[in-house]
Amino acid sequence: MAMILNIQNVTKTYQSAGRSLTVLENINFAVEAGSTMSIVGPSGSGKTTLLGLAAGLDRASSGSVELAGIPLDNLSEDQRARVRNEHVGFIFQNFQLLPTLTAIENIMVPLELRGEKHIRARADDLLQKVGLADRGHHYPAQLSGGEQQRVSLARAFCNRPQILFADEPTGNLDAETSEKIIELIFNLNKEAGTTLILVTHDFDLANKTSRIIKLKGGRLVSDEATVNSMQAV
Amino acid sequence: MTNKPTIDLRWLLKMAWRDSRRNRSRLALFVSSIILGIAALVAIFSLGDNMRQEIDRQAAALLGADLEITSNKEVSAPIRKMADSLGDRRSEERSFTSMILFTKNNASRLVQVRALRGDYPYYGEIETVPANAGRDFRNGQSALVDQTLLLQYNAQVGDSVQVGNFRFVIAGSLVSAPGQTGLSASVAPIVYIPLSYLPQTGLSQKGSRISYRYLFKFDRPVNMEKLVDAIKPRLEKEGLNYDTVESQKEDTNRSLRDLTQFLALVSFIALLLGCIGVASAIHIYVREKISSIAILRCLGAQGRQAFLIYLIQIVVVGFIGSVAGALLGTIIQQFLPKVLSDFLPVAITTSISWKAVGEGILLGLVISFLFALLPLLPIRNVSPLNTLRLSLQPQKIFKDRIKWMVYAGILLFVFGFSYLQLGHWKRAVFFSLGVVIAFLILVGMAALLMRVVRHFFPYSWNYLWRQGLANLFRPNNQTTILIVTIGLGTAFICILFSVQSILLNRVNLSTSGNQPNTVLFDIQTAQKEGVVALARQQGLQVNGTVPIVNMRLEAVNHITAQTLEEDSTIDMQRWVFSREYRVTFRDTMTASEKLVEGKWTGRVENASGTIFISLEERFAERNNIEIGDTMTFNVQGSILPTVVGSIREVDWNRIQTNFLVVFPTGVLEDAPQFHVLLTRVPNKEASAAFQQAVVRQFPNVSIIDLGLVLSILDKLLDKVGFVIRFMAGFTIITGLVVLIASVLISKYQRMQESVLLRTLGASRRQIFYITALEYFFLGALAAFTGIVISLIGSWLLASFTFETDFTPEWLPLLLVFVSVCMLTVIIGLANSRGVLTRPPLEILREEV
Repeated sequence: MAMILNIQNVTKTYQSAGRSLTVLENINFAVEAGSTMSIVGPSGSGKTTLLGLAAGLDRASSGSVELAGIPLDNLSEDQRARVRNEHVGFIFQNFQLLPTLTAIENIMVPLELRGEKHIRARADDLLQKVGLADRGHHYPAQLSGGEQQRVSLARAFCNRPQILFADEPTGNLDAETSEKIIELIFNLNKEAGTTLILVTHDFDLANKTSRIIKLKGGRLVSDEATVNSMQAV
Repeated sequence: MTNKPTIDLRWLLKMAWRDSRRNRSRLALFVSSIILGIAALVAIFSLGDNMRQEIDRQAAALLGADLEITSNKEVSAPIRKMADSLGDRRSEERSFTSMILFTKNNASRLVQVRALRGDYPYYGEIETVPANAGRDFRNGQSALVDQTLLLQYNAQVGDSVQVGNFRFVIAGSLVSAPGQTGLSASVAPIVYIPLSYLPQTGLSQKGSRISYRYLFKFDRPVNMEKLVDAIKPRLEKEGLNYDTVESQKEDTNRSLRDLTQFLALVSFIALLLGCIGVASAIHIYVREKISSIAILRCLGAQGRQAFLIYLIQIVVVGFIGSVAGALLGTIIQQFLPKVLSDFLPVAITTSISWKAVGEGILLGLVISFLFALLPLLPIRNVSPLNTLRLSLQPQKIFKDRIKWMVYAGILLFVFGFSYLQLGHWKRAVFFSLGVVIAFLILVGMAALLMRVVRHFFPYSWNYLWRQGLANLFRPNNQTTILIVTIGLGTAFICILFSVQSILLNRVNLSTSGNQPNTVLFDIQTAQKEGVVALARQQGLQVNGTVPIVNMRLEAVNHITAQTLEEDSTIDMQRWVFSREYRVTFRDTMTASEKLVEGKWTGRVENASGTIFISLEERFAERNNIEIGDTMTFNVQGSILPTVVGSIREVDWNRIQTNFLVVFPTGVLEDAPQFHVLLTRVPNKEASAAFQQAVVRQFPNVSIIDLGLVLSILDKLLDKVGFVIRFMAGFTIITGLVVLIASVLISKYQRMQESVLLRTLGASRRQIFYITALEYFFLGALAAFTGIVISLIGSWLLASFTFETDFTPEWLPLLLVFVSVCMLTVIIGLANSRGVLTRPPLEILREEV
């Protein structure tokens, strides 16, 4: 199967107060299109940094990142923005909805950025799929945490991404809501055939994906298939 | 991936509109800061426009005739012959200053007497009460007396007034004469008499300083330009001036342009202040928008797309603000003619000037765009990583070339605007530099004060005080912007106040103590002894009289008026050849003079010897004249070559007859001259008695009562002060609007913390104190900075412009300080009351 994400010898170093701080060191892995994978590890292990690099939100200090067959290393920020818009979907721990846009408008933004026309129907359809058909005109502040994350999910799938990055998608939600959101993520993912990369502390959630890579102190310490990988096959 | 996707303008507009929905009240706050600046400018531009139209319409009435020829001496027979052949109708006016006596109450006053013959004015009218008096007074022994003078001296139409040796019946109260402003009337009130009675007054003698005016009306159409070209050489040869409706229009327009330019620059400062307020508010707005921008970037928006969304918002808001400002400006414009009425020679009818409105809107758009760019530019570099965590990489703003280009653009704009107003690039550079330096000083002071507060932070103080003080230098503080805006407003008011008191103090000083307070001039040589005797008879101390000879300067070395006009590289004041010099001659220097260069020559022994004259230091300096230079004077027809022998420093603050040019004795004794006498009259009653006695015995002698001059100056300063205060008011109110906007915007920042403090158990009282203290410190620092700047500015003005000592008046400054502090605290508390009075949760739910 083709690789949707290819990370090779990636290192990320920050300069802070005149000192060099290595957050990720020599990371290597590749992800097959349509698969699901979790990145786990303790706080400060570099999970979010790795997600940022993989999704083209940041640039590696060394090494290479290839997303959907496009090498990101030499692209400008605007070119990477275009890659994100065309190939990537995001789900964040704190939902990251635009507070000044209504739910339906939030969902439409990625398609609008692409310049697509007649997008309302798709946004409505997704809103219905996430169970918020009657809340389209509400602003984020008028929605509960779970509802906001559902809007965020609809937005993430709106542009039919090839790969979906989720950073602690249930980190700000209660157990019951979390359950529903997870179910929704996996269902939508399956339906769309999207690759899913999940960053989480939660091993139960991680175990729902077919592969888990573990980070510690900025290094990749394990890369294992889960029981789900067998089911996936 | 290298091809650049096109930017969909419709989507940008849609996003800008969507994003603004939840922020409209805050965007309205930005806009409010520029409204007043634009309003002031549109009002001034409209006034200028209306004035130009009005002057065009009333130009003929300003002059009252088609052609005017003026001279300060009686014209020669050939010129008189030429004048008699000009025009179809002719009038003649002779004017001079003289004392008049209201016979009913024996009160006397120095006025400008205008003796008139003919039907002048041919355009417009001499406005009088009763209306026909303006025409009828010429037919008999009648006079028109300035209306204010009649009121002051309790005289009525029908009473008598004595001018020189002759009594006139007051035929009417003079409301206005062609080209006369309220201001000129209050400085030198006018009395019209028929020219045919001038000889009877005895005031038209040899040596009297009379201005001659010949006025012509052409009933048939005449090419005035051609006519003037034809007679110009002859007029210039005899030192006569001329004016046509067209040249009068140009002169009036020029002087009014100076007035509107000055006011426009004052308004422009208000606008700049507002723009700085806008930039500061947008800076905070953008900071709060970083997470939204990062989300958009994450979803694939380009940096410039995100930047454009917010730029569109601000430009639209700037446009709305400019339109609102233009609207307010057209309303304010209705009041401006009233504010400026004393300075305007024509009655202004206000109409909407679409040109001014357009200029105002364009100016508002450009300036809000330029100032908004500064805080908006960093949007281009907001990293999508901010969605995951705040970016660790600091933004390298100093390396942003576009930012420097924007700074350059702003400077260029300020320069361009001032150049358009001043029409002189050097002055525009000075104005722009002045504005930049003033802002830099204020910003520097703010930074210094924050540093000092942080460095010497009083850790031992009570928590509430510490918290209030710490708010001054915490992230997102408003200290700099508020110190700049409130500080500049305070400085403006204080400097204005200081200048007014410096000027008044100077005159007060002069009239106090044993300094002379009464000046008698126009004393003829034959009257000298008599006037001195009269003064002594009245118990006044007199130290003799001072002779004065009027003359003109023909040449300095080989430079004449013509070479000066042709060669712009000559470093000499233009007026040096056009003014009339009042010169004295004596053998010693006075107590107010000090020799600084050369050798004082008190007497010319040999009639054919070199005449060494003495010049006043600053006059010599300004005109680049040095010891040994030759100066050729024209003493009423006789050419007199002299050499500069000495240079004196003169203390102009002493009430004494001081002179730019002093001749030695032995040269001018036989020249036509008059004498001046200075004395001190102890009180008003003695002054009135002395004036009456002088007017009765020596009707041609004029008296200047310095007490009266002081009161006129006081009124004059009041009027000028009112106009400046009115315009400075825009700056002050803009400062307050920026203060309100800053407080409201920082409210969103402070909200979280106040809510947290309340959640942790802080009482409303405690939050109230912290907020009040923060704004008190802000107000105090801003007022303090403004007052310090005003003290420096006033001291500079006093030392270098008015050349006097400056003693600050602390009580008014203290009052200003307390008022500014209180105002800041009140505005701060009024806008933060939401945090104080409502439960924390309610506020948290509201904040989106």
